Amino acid sequence: MARINRPVSRRQAWWLLATALAAGLPLTPQLPLWLSLAAAAAFCWRAALTLRQWRLPPRWLMFVLVIAGTAGVFLQYRTIFGRTPGISLLVVFLALKLLELRAARDAMATALLCYFLVLGQFLFTQTIPTALLACLTVLITTANLLAASDDRPNPLQQLRRAGLMLAQALPFMLLLFVLFPRIQGPLWGIPQDRFAAVSGLSDTMSPGSIAQLSQSDAIAFRVQFKGTVPQQSQLYWRGPVMPAFDGRSWRVAQTLGAYPEVPYRGLGTLVDYEVTLEPHGKFWLFALELPATLPPDSALTSDYQPIAREAVRNRLRYNQRAWPEAIAGVDEAPGALRDALALPKQGNPRIRAISAGWQARHGNDGAAILAAAEALFSQQLLIYTLNPPLLGADMVDEFLFDSRRGFCEHFATAFVFALRAAGVPARVVAGYQGGEVNPVDGYLVVRQYDAHAWAEAWIAGRGWVRIDPTAISAPSRINNNLANAVPSGEELPFLARGDLAWLRELRYRLDAVTNGWNQWVLGYNPQRQRDLLASLGLNEPDWRSMTAVLSVLCGMVMLGLTAWILRNRLRVDPSLAAWRRFTARLAKRGVAWQTWEGPLAFAERAAKQMPVHAEAIAEIASLYARLRYAPGPRASEFEQLKAKIAAFKP
Amino acid sequence: MSRISDWAMLGATSSQALNMLASLRRRLREIFVRWALRVRPPEAAPIILTQRRVYVLPTRAGLAYGMALLIILLGAMNYNLSLGHALVFLLAGLGIVAILHTFRNLVLVSIRPGRCEPVFAGGEAQFDLVLENQRPDPRTSLRLFFEDDVPVEVDIGRRAATVATLTVPAARRGWLAMPRVTIETTWPLGLIRAWSYAVPDLNCLVYPEPAAKAPPLPWSGDSARGSTRDGRGVDDFSGLRNHQVADPPRHVAWKAVARQQDGPLLTKLFSGASAQQLWLDWNSLPEALDVERRLSILARWMLDADAAGLAWGLHLPGVRLPPDSGPAQLSSGLRALALHDHGTH
Repeated sequence: MARINRPVSRRQAWWLLATALAAGLPLTPQLPLWLSLAAAAAFCWRAALTLRQWRLPPRWLMFVLVIAGTAGVFLQYRTIFGRTPGISLLVVFLALKLLELRAARDAMATALLCYFLVLGQFLFTQTIPTALLACLTVLITTANLLAASDDRPNPLQQLRRAGLMLAQALPFMLLLFVLFPRIQGPLWGIPQDRFAAVSGLSDTMSPGSIAQLSQSDAIAFRVQFKGTVPQQSQLYWRGPVMPAFDGRSWRVAQTLGAYPEVPYRGLGTLVDYEVTLEPHGKFWLFALELPATLPPDSALTSDYQPIAREAVRNRLRYNQRAWPEAIAGVDEAPGALRDALALPKQGNPRIRAISAGWQARHGNDGAAILAAAEALFSQQLLIYTLNPPLLGADMVDEFLFDSRRGFCEHFATAFVFALRAAGVPARVVAGYQGGEVNPVDGYLVVRQYDAHAWAEAWIAGRGWVRIDPTAISAPSRINNNLANAVPSGEELPFLARGDLAWLRELRYRLDAVTNGWNQWVLGYNPQRQRDLLASLGLNEPDWRSMTAVLSVLCGMVMLGLTAWILRNRLRVDPSLAAWRRFTARLAKRGVAWQTWEGPLAFAERAAKQMPVHAEAIAEIASLYARLRYAPGPRASEFEQLKAKIAAFKP
Repeated sequence: MSRISDWAMLGATSSQALNMLASLRRRLREIFVRWALRVRPPEAAPIILTQRRVYVLPTRAGLAYGMALLIILLGAMNYNLSLGHALVFLLAGLGIVAILHTFRNLVLVSIRPGRCEPVFAGGEAQFDLVLENQRPDPRTSLRLFFEDDVPVEVDIGRRAATVATLTVPAARRGWLAMPRVTIETTWPLGLIRAWSYAVPDLNCLVYPEPAAKAPPLPWSGDSARGSTRDGRGVDDFSGLRNHQVADPPRHVAWKAVARQQDGPLLTKLFSGASAQQLWLDWNSLPEALDVERRLSILARWMLDADAAGLAWGLHLPGVRLPPDSGPAQLSSGLRALALHDHGTH
């Protein structure tokens, strides 16, 4: 192999700069500001080097810069491993690589760095715009590789050729994407910061924590119902159950039993649905109350919360069923009931006094106490608001009797407190309530602003009963949505507002596209692959059969492309082919045609040696000479030539 | 001490082993090339690089690309990045497409031997190859080279032909056959290398190297006269021209010079090639000189005589070139020297 290492030409240097820009720019929001500025400075330096044909910076300086860049990244993150530090380091290397372009092979190193950066981009987002941007980066990078081979064509031609090649690569991509045997990650550890900025419910709830979520219109999960969508007021998506209270915040139980099967009986018709859960980094899976089946690789906690075996770090899809009505926990463990009565020793004297009065009046009659509590809540004319005032130490008393303004966590806290003080076991359930059906694709979309908290009370003989104290004061929150429930003028997330019909329409469409993208592109996992292949008739597909099908199909595409690429191979003139047959016959008789010999001259020579066939030889030769050298096509003469040659038997 | 000698021995054996490895590699490559050529060289023109004789393998850059794709794939799997998978698969597809494009860039090029001017030994033989592209789109960045030599890069336009000139040092006089040429391309992405071998039937005539120092032209009376052997009329005066250093002093037109004072020396010209015959005779050189030395002296004489516009004849064992002048005479004389004792042509 002849190795040539030409220096980088000006044009190639520009291409490299463009490639680095295309790969680096989309990452700027993720990078620390100083690094973006330093990279921009390096890019400008590169541009100046190219424009003014300056000498490249000396090696010692490059060495110093590499050390400085690495140290900077380390000082910023206290590590050089992980997602953001790793990508920052790659950007440092890319910027410095541009300053030491010496040979054409540096183009390849730059291109590979850029590919890694595109992958890095996907660690942060995988939306459709990101994908389009990545396509652009790959296009420019490919054009850069083209320019490294041959820098004479102008940029437009390079881009066009790169586009053509990528278009030809597309069928392979599709085949591989669908058929390449998928493996569910992770293969090794995932850096901690992979889910640093995911919003969602947490395992504690204090005043204001759900109100904060209600400012986010990020999607929590999407649901596709197999039958009709249940009523809005039925859509309680059970999340973490919090029995432990410290006077201010609620926490999930420290130790939980887990059931492999659902331990209760249901009533009524099952609701069948599929959840596509956005990653939230926690273990719980959201289920319509009360779950009747469990998704694979999950269990049901003793407080009826489905949890996954591993934290939900990827978009997860699972099928589930729910009983709208169920009798659960009639014979609840005494320990659990004790926990559901625990209250701090001090605080909230007013509600404690009222609860004590209920207990004195109704004794052990949980249902009656429950009714009394509900009556109290409706009597107090509480206001449901996103901006409740700050509360002091006796938050339940202050909420119920002084400010009377609160968000769902205040309602739930106060309600459970009142029940517990009256001797009725109760607990807070966090989760989501409601959702919005997208008319475009029929999916129910549950967003973070649908986060909610409600109460569950244990009544002897009936088990755990759901009461939503928010619904007592603000029924529209449950029957409609957040926007209808809060007083007008309060700041709502953009998407939660109901005005602007066209905007809503646009949002539905966008959301349907995003959902399709999530379901079919991003959510194309081993499970979906198996389902798809099974629906295509490939039963029980394993990696062997997938590889076989993949190879066959790739081979077919390859053949097709080869045929297209070699489409105009040398075509031998049919009359020349016929003439060759003729001369081969003569050669057997000892009269060989020399390639430099004209047909007529050869015919003369052959005729002399074979006077018997002189006439036939002369005819064939003159026909052939006319066909091959005279202008214009003559199909009839060609037929004549073929016939004559076929008949020629020397 | 014994340890040191052990080490030395080990060093010796390891270098031996390395040498053996290198020679094994060379031999394997030779076997491959022979097999790859399929045709017993030299090949008849035109040599068409059919798909059966074009080979395709990734370049170093291509291997690096493959490694990078593997790493990206592992990353995409680990983080369950669907778009990461898509990226890898797109790039893998690009790699496959690059194979096809690179292959297409080379396949069905036809090679014809072109001109090859004779050179003097010690110079560089230049072999012209005519590369022809019958396709309606151009072929870019084809590199031609002899084994381990600096490549020549050419493009061929659509339905056009390009001449690639490859040079080889011409060490010895005689026929120099064009060595096996490798023709390769890594266009368009540099990831894949397609290559083929060809041995076009092209030979370069290498003249003996003219001696730097040679005795003066052999103007012995006998050689200068020589005319008697021709049996033709001698010394028919035909005109005058400016004197040149190599002109024999006897031909200076002294009378004419005397007539025009201050004028240049003039040489009498005589009609008939025999008039100024100069015989360059192998046998006139001392036996003590070896063959190559004699030939290079003869070559020098020929060049000098030709530069002087003299007619000369050549006498070699088995070859006799009648006296004449001009480029044709020079080339046939040099050719005779080049092929002296070669038994060919």
